[in-house]
Amino acid sequence: MPPAITYDSRKHVGVHAERVSHVSSTNFPGHHPHEDHSWDLERFKKGLTVKIERLSNRSIEFDLVGVDASIANAYRRILIAEVPTICVERVYVWDNTSVVVDEVFAQRIGLVPLNVDPALMDMKQTQNDQATDRNTLVFRLQVACERRKNAPKDTTDPSKLYINHEVLSSHLKWVPQGEQEIVMAENPPAPTNLNIVLTKLRPGQEVDMELHAVKGVGKDHAKFCPVATASYRLLPLVILNPEKPVPRELAEKFQECFSPGVIRVDPRTKAVSVDSKKTRKETMSREVYRHPEFEGCVQLARVRDHFLFNIESEGFYPPQRLLPEAIAVMRAKIATIKRAAETLLNNGDSLGDVEMADV
Amino acid sequence: MATIVEEENDWEHANHTNWRGLGLADPIKKVEDKWLLLPAFLKIKGLVKQHIDSFNYFVDVDIKNIVRANNKVTSDVDPRFWLKYTDIHVGFPDRTDLDAIDKSITPHECRLRDITYSAPILVTIQYTRGKNVVRRPNVNIGRLPIMLRSNKCVLTGRNEAQLARMTECPLDPGGYFVVKGTEKVILVQEQLSKNRIIVETDTVKGIVQASCTSSTHGGLKSKTYVATKKGKIYLRHNCIHEDVPIVIALKALGIQSDKEILLLTAGNTEAYKIAFSANLEEAAKLGVFTRHQALEWIGSRVKVNRKVVGPRRPAWEEALEALATIILAHVPVICLDFRSKAIFVATMTRRVLMAMDDEKMDDDRDYVGNKRLELAGQLLALLFEDLFKTFNANLKSAIDKVLKKPSRTNEFDAFNTMQFQGDHITAGFVRAISTGNWSLKRFKMERAGVTHVLSRLSFISALGMMTRISSQFEKTRKVSGPRALQPSQWGMLCPSDTPEGEACGLVKNLALMTHITTDVEEGPIIRLALMLGVEATGTEIYGPHTFVVNVNGTIIGLTRYPMRFVTNFRRLRRAGRFSEFVGIYVNHHHHAVHIASDGGRICRPMIIVENGRPRVTGEHIAQLKQGAASFDDFLRNGLVEYLDVNEENDSYIALYESDIVATTTHLEIEPFTILGAVAGLIPYPHHNQSPRNTYQCAMGKQAIGAIGYNQLNRIDTLLYLSVYPQQPMVKTKTIELIGYDRLPAGQNATVAVMSYSGYDIEDALIQNKASLDRGYGRCQVLRKNATLIRKYPNGTFDRLADAPLDENGQTQKKYDIVQLDGLAGVGERVDPGDVYVNKQTPTNANDNTFSGQAAAVPYKNAPMSYKSPVAGYIDKVMVSDTENDQTLIKVLIRQTRRPELGDKFSSRHGQKGVCGLIVNQEDMPFNDQGINPDTIMNPHGFPSRMTVGKMIELLAGKAGVLSGKLQYGTAFGGSKVEDMSRILIEHGFNYAGKDMLTSGITGEALEAYVYFGPIYYQKLKHMVMDKMHARARGPRATLTRQPTEGRSREGGLRLGEMERDCLIGYGATQLLLERLMISSDKFEVNACQECGLMGYNGWCTYCKSSKKMAKLTIPYAAKLLFQELMAMNVVPRLILDDA
Repeated sequence: MPPAITYDSRKHVGVHAERVSHVSSTNFPGHHPHEDHSWDLERFKKGLTVKIERLSNRSIEFDLVGVDASIANAYRRILIAEVPTICVERVYVWDNTSVVVDEVFAQRIGLVPLNVDPALMDMKQTQNDQATDRNTLVFRLQVACERRKNAPKDTTDPSKLYINHEVLSSHLKWVPQGEQEIVMAENPPAPTNLNIVLTKLRPGQEVDMELHAVKGVGKDHAKFCPVATASYRLLPLVILNPEKPVPRELAEKFQECFSPGVIRVDPRTKAVSVDSKKTRKETMSREVYRHPEFEGCVQLARVRDHFLFNIESEGFYPPQRLLPEAIAVMRAKIATIKRAAETLLNNGDSLGDVEMADV
Repeated sequence: MATIVEEENDWEHANHTNWRGLGLADPIKKVEDKWLLLPAFLKIKGLVKQHIDSFNYFVDVDIKNIVRANNKVTSDVDPRFWLKYTDIHVGFPDRTDLDAIDKSITPHECRLRDITYSAPILVTIQYTRGKNVVRRPNVNIGRLPIMLRSNKCVLTGRNEAQLARMTECPLDPGGYFVVKGTEKVILVQEQLSKNRIIVETDTVKGIVQASCTSSTHGGLKSKTYVATKKGKIYLRHNCIHEDVPIVIALKALGIQSDKEILLLTAGNTEAYKIAFSANLEEAAKLGVFTRHQALEWIGSRVKVNRKVVGPRRPAWEEALEALATIILAHVPVICLDFRSKAIFVATMTRRVLMAMDDEKMDDDRDYVGNKRLELAGQLLALLFEDLFKTFNANLKSAIDKVLKKPSRTNEFDAFNTMQFQGDHITAGFVRAISTGNWSLKRFKMERAGVTHVLSRLSFISALGMMTRISSQFEKTRKVSGPRALQPSQWGMLCPSDTPEGEACGLVKNLALMTHITTDVEEGPIIRLALMLGVEATGTEIYGPHTFVVNVNGTIIGLTRYPMRFVTNFRRLRRAGRFSEFVGIYVNHHHHAVHIASDGGRICRPMIIVENGRPRVTGEHIAQLKQGAASFDDFLRNGLVEYLDVNEENDSYIALYESDIVATTTHLEIEPFTILGAVAGLIPYPHHNQSPRNTYQCAMGKQAIGAIGYNQLNRIDTLLYLSVYPQQPMVKTKTIELIGYDRLPAGQNATVAVMSYSGYDIEDALIQNKASLDRGYGRCQVLRKNATLIRKYPNGTFDRLADAPLDENGQTQKKYDIVQLDGLAGVGERVDPGDVYVNKQTPTNANDNTFSGQAAAVPYKNAPMSYKSPVAGYIDKVMVSDTENDQTLIKVLIRQTRRPELGDKFSSRHGQKGVCGLIVNQEDMPFNDQGINPDTIMNPHGFPSRMTVGKMIELLAGKAGVLSGKLQYGTAFGGSKVEDMSRILIEHGFNYAGKDMLTSGITGEALEAYVYFGPIYYQKLKHMVMDKMHARARGPRATLTRQPTEGRSREGGLRLGEMERDCLIGYGATQLLLERLMISSDKFEVNACQECGLMGYNGWCTYCKSSKKMAKLTIPYAAKLLFQELMAMNVVPRLILDDA
C-alpha cells in the first residue's frame, strides 16, 4: 500500500480529461478553517525528502518532496539562469576562410561547453573590464585543411581525402595566462565534448582565431547555462475507483492506456491494480479518459509537493553538484536580502545601502 | 456454418469465370504509386519547361522560318546584285573579349561581371561578288541572349559536380536570361486566342458580335467583327469606314447567289433563316446584287493609306486587296480564291445567328480553352523579326550607298559591308530584355514591363516567378469575370497562388504538371485529317448530321462520323504519328470538330483509360521505378497523353481509380498536381480555409532561407540568407519534387498554443530567448555596393587611393579599414559612416577637351561610405572588368541579425505575426520532459482563420519527432490524423497533442492542457531594423524648407490632415501652431500694411517706404505660394490686423 500521504487528496492536482484542477497549494494559514497551517520548521523537516533515483555521468533524477512549488521552481530557474559557467565570449579572428562566416562561427564557438570550474574564476564586473588571468581564459583555434597525400583515388570520403576536413571543438587549444598554469594544472581547460563540429574545411581553407572565455550566467546568454535541461514534473497518481472496477474483459485494454508497468493485471482473475512503485513512469497521456467504457473507473492526479526532478548537465559540473550549486546561489541571494532587511530594520545606523545583485 | 460454406462455394464458382485472368471477386488491382509519373515528368521537362521549350523552339525552328521569309537583300542601284541567307543558327555562349584564349563562359561569370550571357547568331550567306556567286558560312550578325538551361546553354545536361564547378546551383530551374549581370524573366503573358471566333452577347444593348483576331506569321494583327446592329448583321473592320452589311461582304467574297448565302449562314434552320432574311433585303435595297457591285460598295469605303504615289486604283481593286490581305488575314487567299474566307465569314455570321436565337450559344472569354499563353520564344521571335528586317534594310541602304559610287577601286564585297553593320541586333535584344519595353513599330506592338528582374529573395520566390502568368487585362477595372476562378483552370492553373489586391486573379501561376505547347506545323495535320475521311466543303455545310472540321479555327472540311474521326485521330496521336501536343475535340453545340496545333495552349498529361481499365499498370510503374522507362516511353506507348483544356472538357476523367466507370476516358495522375509549386509547400492545404493558402503563397516568397547552392558565391543587390535553415518536419511530395527540402526557408519551431503575458495579442508571437541565443531565426543580410572605375573621354580616369592622413599623421577613424589598394579588407567590421572604397574622380571628368597629361589633373574624393545604422562586415570584394573595359568593383557587406522585437514570422498557413516579446528560458512554460517552446502562439489565431491544416501539421510534426521520421502533409493525402494520434499514444503522449505544462514563473501546473509541438516557421524579410525610423531634427527640402519625406532621406513624420483635424477639434491651437509652423518651416517675412505685399529688411518695394512694414512669422511654404501666385499674375495681399 502506498504511504497515506499520497492519498491526501488535498495534495492532489486533479488531472481531468480537458483540464487540470487544484494546481495551487492550500497549506497556508487561513485557508482551511480551524486548522493550523502556520509554518513550522520541525514539520517541514519531517516532510522534506530528497532522494536520488538515478545518477549517470551526464544526468540526475531525484525526488524533492515536501516543498512548495515556488521553492522547487526557484531551484529550476536558478539552475537554468544563474549558476555561472565559463564560455567563450570574445573571438578575435585573424583568419577565417571557411564557409561559416565570422559572426556565426563565433556564436558556434560560444556554445561549446568548457570543463572549467567557475569557482576558479572571477566574473567580469562590466563588459569593458580589463581582461586578467583571473577573469579570462585564452584559447587558440588554428586549423588548416590540406589534401592528404597518397589518399585513395576512388574515395569521396572527405576524412580520407583531406587532413582537418572538420574543425572540431577538440581543436581548441588552451593558452595559459599568468598564474593559470598553476591554478588549473590539475584540470587543463578544454571543451567537455571534443567532437562538436564547428565548421567543415576543404583544402586551402584555414581558421585562425583567439578566443577569450569568461564567466557568465544563463540569463545573460543561453551558452552560460550549465544544464541542457533542468525541469521537474509532479508525481503521477492513478486512483482506481473501488466502486466501479474495470470490467475483466477490458483489463488488457485498460492496462495499455497507461505507461508500461503502471497497471498490473492479475493473470488469473483479470483484476486490475496499480503498481505504486511504478506510477512515476506514467506519462499522463490521459488515454484512459478517451474510452467511455472506463468512465468513472479511474481518477488521474499528481502530487503537488512531490517533484520528480530531472537535470541534465552540460558543461563542467557533474550532475550531482548542480543542485548544491543552485542552493548556494539561492543562499547568497537570501543573504543579500537578509542584509538589506536588517539594514532597513536598524535604519538609524550608518551601514549605508546594501547592494542588491540584480534579481 | 454450413450455409457459409455453401456460399463460399458459390463464390468460388463465380471466381472461376475468368476475365483477363481475374475472378469476379478479385479486387481490382490498383496502380500503386502512379504519382511517380510526376517526378518522371518533371525529370524530363523540369519545372520551367514552358519557358525553355518555347525558347528552344525559337532558336531551333522559328528563327529559321523568320529568315526564310526575309531571306533576300537586293539593291535598287545594281539589279544584278543580290544577297541571300541560306541558313541561320545560334551558336553557344562565348566570351566576347577579343584577346581571350579560353572562350567558354558561364552564366555565373556574367552575373558577377555585369555582362550579358549571349551567343552569336550565325548565318550562311550567298551573294554576288562581281560576276561570281560567293557563299560564306558562319557570318556573325549579332548576339542573342541565351536562356539558362535551354538547348544553347552551357548548363544543359550537366551533372551536379559539373554544375558545381561552374558555380551554378543544380536546383536552379533556369528559364531566365542574364542581361548586363541581372537575371531577367520574360513572364508568360495571357491573351485571348488568335484566329478563333469568339461570340459575345450584350444583353443590355442587345448586341451580338462575333470577333476574330487574325494573326499571321508576319506578325500583323487585326480584329474583324461580325456584329448585329438594329437586328441586322454587319461586318466591321478598322480598315473600312463603315459597317459592311454582311450580304455585301459575302457577295464581295464571291458568293453571289442569295440562296448560297442563306445556306452557308442560316443553313436549313427556319429560325435562322427568318432572322437572316432582313440582311438579304438590305443588300437588295442598297442595290448590290453582283460581286462587282459589292466590291465597289466596299472599295469606296476602304481607308487607303498608301505612301507610294501611283496611279489611283479603281475602288473594286482596293476592296479586293483589303479583303484579301487585311480582313481576316489568317485565312489564306491563294490566287484570289476567296472561297475559304467566304466560308469563314459565313461561319462567323452563323455563330451570330445562333447566339441571337439562343443566348447560351455565346462564348466565355474567361474560359481557359479560349486563352493562349505567350512565352519568351514568341516575344523574342517578334523582336528578332523586327531587328532582322531593320538590319536588312540598313544593309541594303549601306550596299546601295557603295554601289552608287561610280568608280570603285576594288570589287565590291557585301561581306565587308555586313561586318560594319554594327551591333544593331545585339543591342536591340539587350535593350528590350533589360528595359522590358517591346516597342516594335513594324508590328504595332508597344508593350512595357514584359521582363522582370528575377526575384532571388528565396528559392521559392524565384521559382514562383518562373511559373507566373500575367494577364493583359487592365488592373484598374473593377470587373470580377477575368479575376474569378474558372472551373476550366482545374489542373492547369494553381487555384491558390494569386496575389491579393489589385492584381488579384489577373496574375496566375501554372500548376505543377502542366505544359505550354509550341507551334506544330498544320499542313501535315490537315493532310492527315483529309486522309481520315474529311470531305471537302460544299454549299451545304450545316446538314443535320454533318460536323465541320476545323484546324486552328479554319474550316478544312466536313465529316459525317465525328466520333469515329476523332477516335481515329486520337489513336494516331497515341501511336506517335504526329506531335502529342495536337489537340482534338468535338463541340456538339456548334456541330464541329476542332483540331488545334497552335502554340500557347496549356495542357497536362493524363493516364489513358480504355474499357474501364487504366492503361498504366503496376508493371509499368515498376519499370519506371527501376529506371527502365521514362515519361517519354509512357507517351510513346500510348499510356499517357497530353490533353489541352478543350480536349479535357471533351473527356471523362476519373480522379481516382475507384471512380472509373465504363465511359471513363482518362485517369488523373495525381490530385495534388492541381496546385502549383508555391502552394505545394503548404502541408494539409485541403484542411485550410482557401484564402489562407493564398496568403501563404504570397508569404512563402518572402521567407528567408537558402536561395541556391551557389548563394555564397553570388553578389546580389540584396540577399537574405538563413543561418540554420531546416527542412520541414511535415513535408509534401511537392516539396521533395521542387527541392525545397534541400533549399529550405524556415525552421521547425516547438510551438505552444497558449496565451502568455498579453504581449501576444493581434497575432504577436512570444519567442524564447535561449532559442534565439542558440541560433533560431538568425539570418544574414548581404548588400551589394558597386562602383565603376571609369576612364573618361578626355583621357582622365578614376583612381583608388589609400587612406588619407590627418594633420597628426594618423589615418582618420572612418578610413581605418581601407587598405593600401583603396579597398576595405575582407572580414573587416564596417561601422556607420566608414569608407570602404576610397575612390577619387578627376575634377574635370566631364570636360571633354583632351588635356594630354592625365596624371597632373586634380582629383576630388568620391568615397563609398557605409550608410546603415548597424555595423556590418565586408563579405567579399570583387574587382573585374565589364564588357566595355571599365573596371567594376563590387563590395558585399554582410549583417548577421538575430530576431528582435517586431520581426515578422509566419507559419505555412498564412498566419503571420510579429515577435511581441522575448522571454527568458526560465520563464517559459515547460512540459514533463522539460521541453520549453521556442515560440508561443496565441490560440485566438485559430477560430477565425480556420487553419486546421496548421493544427494537423503540429500533430504530424510531433508524431514525426517522436518516431524519428518525417511526415507528409501532401494535399488530398498525407499522413492521416488517426495514425499520428496513434504514434502519440504509443509514445505516451495525449492523442490530441495536448500536453500538461508547468508555468516557468510560478512553478505550478497550468490549469489547461496546451497544444504543443513543432510547426515549421518562416522568418519573413520584413525586419524592424530596416524599418525603424525617428527624427528630432534633420534635413529639409530646399524648395519648401519643410522636413524631407521618407526614411531613406531621414525624413520627418507627417502630422497629416486628419491629425490636424483632431488638434483643431481638441482646441490645442498652440500645439497646432508648433507642429505645423514652428517645428516645420517657420519663416519671418516683412509685409506692408499699406499694400499687403511682402518686402524685405523693413522696406516695401511697392510703396517705396518703410513706414508701415510689419514683421510676421508664416510658414515658408505660404510665402512660396504667394510668390508663385505673383509669378502667375495673381496678387495675394496680406491684410494685417492685431490679434
